[in-house]
Formats: sequence, structure tokens, C-alpha cells
Amino acid sequence: MKNKFWSLGFLLVLVISVLAACGSDSSSTETKSGDGESKEKEQVLVFGRGADSVSLDAAAVTDGESIKVTQNIFETLLNFSEGDTTVQPGLAKEWTVSEDGLTYTFTLEEGIKFHDDTDFNAEAVVKNFERWSAGAEDEFYYYNSMFKAEGKNIIAKVEAPDEKTVVFTLARPQAPFLKNIAMALFGIASPTAFEAAGDKFGDNPVGTGPFKFVEWKRNNSITLEKNENYWKEGLPKLDKVIFRSIPDNSARLNDLVSGAIDLADGINPSDGLQIENNADLQLIERPSMNIGYLGLTVTRAPFDNKLVRQAVNHAIDKQAIVDAFYDGRADVAINPMPSSISGYNDEVKDYDYNPEKAKELLAAAGYDGKEIELWAMPVPRPYMPDGAKVAEVIQKNLADVGMKSKIVTYEWATYLEKAQNGEADAFMLGWTGDNGDPDNFLYTLLDRDTIGSNNYSFYDNPEVHKLLIDAQSEVDEAKRIDLYKQAQVIIKDDAPWVPLAHSTPLLGASKSVTGYAPHPTGSESLENVSMQ
Amino acid sequence: MSELASKQIVAQEKVAGPWKEAWRSFRKSKAALFGLAIVTFFIIIAFIGPLVAPFGMNDQVLSNRLQPPSAEHWFGTDDLGRDIFSRVLYGARISLTVGFSAVLLSAVMGSFLGIIAGYYGRWIDTIISRIFDIMLAFPSILLAIAVVSILGPSLQNALIAIAIINVPTFGRLIRSRVLMIKQEEYIVAARAIGMKNSRILWNHILPNSMTPVIVQGTLAIATAIIEAAALGFLGLGAVAPQAEWGKMLADARVYFINAPWAMVFPGISIMLTVIGFNLMGDGLRDALDPKMKN
Amino acid sequence: MLHYIGKRLLHLIPVLLGMTFVVFLIIRAIPGDPAQVILGQQATEQAMAALRAKLGLDNPWYVQYFEYLKGLLTGDLGESLRTAQAISSEVWPYLAATFELAIFAMILAVIIGMNAGIISAWFQNSWFDYVAMIIALIGVSMPIFWLGLLEQWVFSINLGWLPTSGREEVRDPINAITNFYLIDTLIQGRFDQFVVAIKHLILPGIALATIPTAIIARMTRSSMLEVMRSDYVRTARAKGQKMFIVIYKHALKNALIPVLTVIGLQLGMLLGGAILTETIFSWPGIGRYIYEAIGYRDYPVIQSGILIVAFIFVMINLIVDILYTVIDSRIKYN
Repeated sequence: MKNKFWSLGFLLVLVISVLAACGSDSSSTETKSGDGESKEKEQVLVFGRGADSVSLDAAAVTDGESIKVTQNIFETLLNFSEGDTTVQPGLAKEWTVSEDGLTYTFTLEEGIKFHDDTDFNAEAVVKNFERWSAGAEDEFYYYNSMFKAEGKNIIAKVEAPDEKTVVFTLARPQAPFLKNIAMALFGIASPTAFEAAGDKFGDNPVGTGPFKFVEWKRNNSITLEKNENYWKEGLPKLDKVIFRSIPDNSARLNDLVSGAIDLADGINPSDGLQIENNADLQLIERPSMNIGYLGLTVTRAPFDNKLVRQAVNHAIDKQAIVDAFYDGRADVAINPMPSSISGYNDEVKDYDYNPEKAKELLAAAGYDGKEIELWAMPVPRPYMPDGAKVAEVIQKNLADVGMKSKIVTYEWATYLEKAQNGEADAFMLGWTGDNGDPDNFLYTLLDRDTIGSNNYSFYDNPEVHKLLIDAQSEVDEAKRIDLYKQAQVIIKDDAPWVPLAHSTPLLGASKSVTGYAPHPTGSESLENVSMQ
Repeated sequence: MSELASKQIVAQEKVAGPWKEAWRSFRKSKAALFGLAIVTFFIIIAFIGPLVAPFGMNDQVLSNRLQPPSAEHWFGTDDLGRDIFSRVLYGARISLTVGFSAVLLSAVMGSFLGIIAGYYGRWIDTIISRIFDIMLAFPSILLAIAVVSILGPSLQNALIAIAIINVPTFGRLIRSRVLMIKQEEYIVAARAIGMKNSRILWNHILPNSMTPVIVQGTLAIATAIIEAAALGFLGLGAVAPQAEWGKMLADARVYFINAPWAMVFPGISIMLTVIGFNLMGDGLRDALDPKMKN
Repeated sequence: MLHYIGKRLLHLIPVLLGMTFVVFLIIRAIPGDPAQVILGQQATEQAMAALRAKLGLDNPWYVQYFEYLKGLLTGDLGESLRTAQAISSEVWPYLAATFELAIFAMILAVIIGMNAGIISAWFQNSWFDYVAMIIALIGVSMPIFWLGLLEQWVFSINLGWLPTSGREEVRDPINAITNFYLIDTLIQGRFDQFVVAIKHLILPGIALATIPTAIIARMTRSSMLEVMRSDYVRTARAKGQKMFIVIYKHALKNALIPVLTVIGLQLGMLLGGAILTETIFSWPGIGRYIYEAIGYRDYPVIQSGILIVAFIFVMINLIVDILYTVIDSRIKYN
């Protein structure tokens, strides 16, 4: 009897001490975090997102997660309006275009300094453009894809006649030139800093933007702090922004619910309702301007055969994918660009979901049953909330028509790099428009000039190329639209992709976040955001 | 000739005797029998699972995603609308196959190296034993990860990795056993009359070293199943759409707030199978080789 | 004693050499040209040549191996391909994170496991004994990655008691000095952060402690049973309840040896198991460091990470072995 008493007593003590330890933990932290350590209340925004940045050198990246950060460090000569892609003044307060569309003259804001105290002036702008244009093709993809065509520079020269004037002379007219200049990729960096840092500039970015770079813990977080000398009066409102990468959609949502983060993007459409029903949270819709697609590398067997590519288009049940993974917040994609973009061809007919037809086409193509590699994105993107799962559906769809596939995946940066090198058979990818121009979808993603940068499927059709190049320099808007419509018809027939969906990306935020205006391009400056 | 034949009969009886004895003592342990029952149950599932499964392993019904357990889907459905019950049944075959094959492979390799080291001794022994030491210097799962990172992720490579990391355990076991048997009189006698090494090894030493291997093997299957699931969970083993339990857990992890059932059942299956093999192994050890008990 | 230690150290040399050779082989065993595998099919010949030169792949293998050894002896663990940092300079925070977690887990395991084992033995065949041993059986058979998920589901998501991941609150990062956050927060007098750090430790700590706890409980129980069968205890036991405390002390001393052995064996398991636990709980430790490197094909990190863990494992085993003999001889002389 007594022995039992002792053992029970011992157990009790053990249990109580453990419980007490847990209990006291929670009470003490609550009081502590309540009065905030008697410090002045800092305005800190923690932004949870699906992946880490690749580099913070704005001009050297192509992925949204890098741009999301760089857009707060760097500024561009022109900006987009809140909510759409009309052009507004930025670092340049005024601009004029010559009649022939070949000369653009920008007048710059004065008295602005980079974070390292270097003066921002016309010469700095010139140095930035010189750096991009002199860089190797794989160094500044974007500059190459926007301002070089058929291997030739579109920007013939950039000059600084005085401190506050920059003059661009083009080799040929480029219709979307101003929109291109407004893209976050062409954020002006401090020449002192990039000259000193060389290829390490991406680890230590210096711009003129509302926030200064502080620290980058790889795969974990990037911290920016308020630029006290920011040239816009009273901005930014936040003291600190922390971008935290949380690859798991569910983990990110969980952190948002628990308050560990204030703003989360890449909210799974199926979780939208949960956020709407939570009194502490708000659901934010980003205006849609994207495409999620399955690319078929046209230089690799069996996708070097057009019939096989068309067969794959017939094999995939896009409607089912959209219903299941986008929860009604997406449209099935037919063309490589969304219908909100001018020049969208709504007469193009989609390949219907038809496994029998797909089998016939495969037979006609003489497909030998070779197993293909199906690349699945390792991270959620706005246009593709759950790449691995959609890949499994596609794998099944393909198996149903007799095409075996193996799902492969790599870490995101490696994935992009390898796909860019044409190592994938079929790969999932997507695109969020940068400037709202059809050129930024069709030329950027499917022209021969952009092979090696954003044309991951290595699609190369001379006819399409001619149409796209002509459209670039066509100043008559109606004629330009017609050229793009023709290109879409050919692309549909060649089927280098299976366009899957145009999604409305979702974000979740704590109710205390105000002033956040999501931009259709997928990233925005946080200068107006504050915490209530 | 006849002399040899009779010798073999004697040898067989000698072997049959202890086995009967062992079964008698194994039967006495309730825990061991329970383990045997679990293992038998999962082996049966591994064989007939795909036949009795109500749905196919990869039957996706996208309109039927993340359904909670119901009369139609006993374990609910996953995020592709697949029946989790059916996938768990299919998974038994994968896990048991990997467990058995990996252990068989490592037992064969380990026994071979162990016998050679123990029987021939000298520099051969030194080299083989050092290699075992070195392999055992790595935490096993880490060594498996290293192997997979070289070979690339797949179920087959996971199996190979698990087999490799278990070799030294078997090797050391057999080596010490061989060293013991080598001293016994009949072996010394066989050598004295000039019997060939290979025959001594094959006819006498090997059969007499098997009991600890069987015990160790049963316990090793348990760890092998966990290791395979762990590799699958880390994305270094089974690949989509294989219904491997560890991979299923990794998938379920993504949506476990909305659909906790998807992570419950594969986990229970891993745990039960492993408990089964552990109990059976403990029972076998007590029955076959009481000396091994620590 | 010294003789024994010397022998053990001597014995260690070939093992350490062998380990470095195995690790050295990792990058060379990749089928095909390692430079190609790392850089991809369309890599330029120039880039591949540069990488080969960097990794020293041009030389004959024995030269490469000696270069590699020479580097290791001077503390050069190579350079991460991903971050372009020296591994030796970036690895410490990861290691410290793993140590903190592993030590925490081991303490949990020893306290819970030993107590459960002693009580189970004392009340052999009681309900406590049965329940404890069934839990121990489940414990050794538990896939800890599954346990981790269950913990998150119950304690973080449903009950909201403990955080799901990481070591600190993003909003209020801990200022690292030693990188052992429990120590760092105390040095800085930040008791609020100390509590936060403890809270982050609990769930991964329990997941990691499960298997060692179960094994220690079983071992303590069986060694206790042996002690209790001795005549001395049998007669003493008849005298009543105070004996429980006597046995407790006596048993603790006796159980120290098996427990030390288990610690030695289990710490290796713990370091290996840390990969899984760290993945689930986003714990920025050495396991995750290696695991992430696999995704990036950052072979130098994979190599050095594995080597570091194996080295620590071997060293712990050595220390435990020496302690074992020290304690063993003391007990004998007592």
C-alpha cells in the first residue's frame, strides 16, 4: 500500500511540475508581449511568402519572390498606377517622346540619395543602363528580353546631357517602351555599390527606395528597415518589413492565424473561406494578370512532334484541375495571355478534353511510349497554388492516354535554371505580367529571342517571330492588336504549351494591416502600408 | 556415401530439434504471438490488398477531394480524391517488400563478409572489420541519405541505401558467431581431416550461424520499414503516385489542418507493422537465442 | 586507464581516415561527370572547367584525396556552392541549434525514461508497469516524423499552446552570441525570450526524445529487475517503504552504466533523427542544413555536413566509452 502511495506521489509531482512549467510559460509571455517591453511601438510587417528570393539585384532576377523584395529597395524612372498598368511618374517626374517614337527624354526628381549616400542623378541612370546592356545574356535576362531583339540593342544609347535629364535613343520604335521602363526589374541601383560589389551585388542591394536592406537569412527571412531619408514626405509608414519564406501553404496559413505573420500570399484557394470567416483576418484578392501552364520543350523528343503536343493538350482535363485546385477563382486558359490584356484573341478555340482524340494523335505521331519527365514546381506560385498536386493529376491524365511520366522536382532556383537550359521534357510554370502589354506575354514567353531566358519551351517559329517583332515597333494600336491575334492562332496550333489557368491570387492579412494595395504585376511597394 | 548420408540426417535432426523447442517457447509468449499475428495480418494484406481494395491506387476523382471517412471511403479521401483505405492497402505491399528485400540483401552481404572475416581471420578480418567500423561511425539514416543523394531519389535506391547501412550489423554478428563455432570440436576435426574450406563454411558454419541472423533480421525489418518511410517522407524515396506510407504522410502534411485523417491512417499502419516485427523479433530472440538478451 | 584511452585513440585513426574517405567518395561516386551533374546538361565547358578546378576534380584521385585531407587538417571544409561561403564559417549556428535540441531531448529522455524504468521494475507486473512498457514499445516503434505531425496538430493547431516551427519569434529575433538560445537569452537577461525559446524546444524535443526515452526505460527496468532479485534487496524490501528511496539511489547508480551506453548509442540516432525532426519543425539545425543542400545539389555541404555529424558521433562514443570504464572501475572498487 505504502509503496503505491509513494509511486503515485512521485508521478503526481512529475506531472504537476511539467504542467506548471507549461502553464507559467504561457501566462508570462502574454504579459510580456502585451506591454511590448516598454519600447516605442515599432511598426513591423511580417510578410509570409512561398519561397525565398533568388537574388536581390533587381535587374538580375526573373522570379516574383525576388522582385517582391527589390521593389521596396529600388525605384524605377516610372511607376504603374495602383491597381493597373498605366504609367505614372517615378524617379522621373516628366517625360517627352519624339514624334518618330525614337527619342525619350526624362526629367528626374532632384535631391534624392541612394541608401549609401551616393547622389541619384542622370549619370547614375546612365551607368545602370550601361551595366545591364554590357552584362552577359545570362546575367540580365530581363534587359535582354525587353531591350534586345534579334541580337540587336533596341536602346541605341542613353545619355545624360545634364544632372537631371536622361535621353534614350532607340534603334527602332518600341510601342511598350514606357511600360517596360516602369517594370520593377529596371530599378535604379547605386553605381558606387554595384561597382564595388561586382557579382555579389545581389547579396547587398543599395537603391533609393522606401526601405533599406538589412539582413538576408537564406531560406528563412529578409529584413528591410525604413529609409529615414526617403524623398517622399511622410513615407514609408512602416519601420521594418520582414519577408519570411514559408514554403508550406498550410504552415503559412497557420502562422497567419496565430499572428506570427501579418500578411501572407499564396493562400490556397480552398482556404479562402477560412480566412473570410475569421474575425481577425481579411482576405485580399490580387487583380488577375497571369497564366499557369504546362510547357512542352519542343526540342526534346517526344515533344519535338507537334502532334504529340496537341495530343497532350487534348489529354489534360483543365476544367477539373481548375475546379479542384483553384476553387472557382480562376479561368481555364486558352491562350498564353489572359483576356484582360489588349490583343487577346477570343476566336481561338481550345483543344477539348478528349482522351480518345489524344490517343489517336499519339498513334498518328508514332509516339513510341517513351517515359517522359514531368517537372513539378517545388513552391506554390500565384498562378499555380499547388504544383506537385496538379502534376499528379496531369501524370494520371497522361497515363490514361498511354504516356508514362515520372514526376521530378528540384529546389526552385535550380528548377528554373535547368528548365531554362532545356533539360525538362514537360514542366509546369507560369507567368505574371510585368506591364500589362501583350508583348510581355507573347514575345517574352514564346519568341525565339527569349530562348534561354523566359522562353522555357524553346518554341521557335519564324512566322510568330516576325509578327511579334513587327508588333513591337507598330505604333498603330489596331494594327498591333491584329498582329498579336494572328500570333495566338499559330501558337495555338503549334501547341508549345498546355495553357492551364488564369488565377485570381489570394492573400490573407491581419485586420490591422491597412494601405496594402496588391498590384496585378504580383509585387508592389509597401510604402503606404501601416499597422493599425 | 552412405556414411555421409546418415551424417546429414543426423545433422537435420539436430536442426529440427531446436526449432521445435524454439516454437514451444515462442508460443508461450503472448507478446510474441501478438507480434506474429500483426505481421501475418500485414503480410496477407500485402498479398491480397490490391485485390480487395475497393478503389485503384491512383483512381483520382477530383470532385471528391478531402472527404472525411465514410461508409464508401473508410479512411476518407486525399487531396486528389483518391481512396486512402485502398492506398494504405497498396502501401503494405510496398513497405513489406522494401523491408524484406533490404534486410535480405543486407543479411546476405553481411553474412558473406562476416563469415569470410571470421573464418579466414588475419588481414582479411582486419580490413572487413575496419570497413564495418567506419560504416557504423555514421548515423544510419544519414548514411542512407548520402547514398540516395548519390543515386538519386527512388524507391529502389532507397531500398539499396537501407540494405547498405544494415550490412555491418549483420557482418559483425556473423563474424563473432563464426569465431565461436570455429573453436568447436567438430569443425576442428573437419579441418584436421582436410575438408575443404568452402564445404566447412557451407555445410557447417553457415547453418549454425543462422539463428542470430533470423532474430536480427526480424528486428531489422522493423527499422528498415521506418527508414524507408522516413526517406519517402523526406522526398528521397518513393515518388508519385506510389502509395508508399511515408510519401503519403508527406503529402498529407500539406493539408493536415483540413484533413487530419489523411495523416492518421498511414502513420498507424507504419507503427503497427513496426510493433509487429519488434514483438516478433523479441519473441524469437528469447526463444532461439536466450544468450542474446542484454 | 591511460593505456586504455591511448589504445582507443589509436584505434580511432583508421576509422577517422576511413570516414573522410567515404565522404570524399560521395562526390566522386555520382554517376557521370560531377561538374555536369552539378551544373546541368547545358552548362558551358568553361563553367564546368572552372568548377572542376575549384573542386580539384582534374587531379588523379589519390592527389585529390590528399588535398582534401590536407584541407580538413587546416580546418578547410570547403565552400558552399549555393552561398559561396566557407562551410567552416557558416556551419556553427546550425550545429549549435542541433546540439541544443539534442541535449534538450536527451535530458528529457533520461529523466522520463529512467524514472519510468525504475518505477516499472519496483512495481513489476502492476498496471503502471504494463502501461509504461506498452508505451515504451510504441515509443520504439514510432515513426518520429509522424509523431511530430501529430504533435503539431494537437498542440499547435487545435490547442494553440506551442509554436509549430522555428526557434524564435520572427518579430522578436533572438540576438545570437553562442547560438545556444537558452544561454543567449539568459546572458542578455531576456527571460521573455528564454521562455519563447523553451516553448519552441518542447515539441521537437519530445519528438526527438521518444525513441531514447523508450529504450532507456526498458534498459533501466531490466537492470533494475536484476538488482532487485539480489538477496540484499529482497530482505531490505521486506522492511517497508523507505527502501523505495534507498533503491532509487542505489538503482540510479547502477543504472548509470546502461544509460551511459544508451546515451552513446542514441546520440548518434538522435543526430540522425534530427534530420526528420528538423524538417518537420523547420528547426535550423545541421540536419536541415544537409537536407537543403541535397535539394541544391550543394555537394560540398552534403560532404562536410555528414562528416561533421559522423565525427561528433564517433567522439561522443569515445567519450562515453571512456566514462564507462571510469565509472565501471569505480563501482568495482567500491
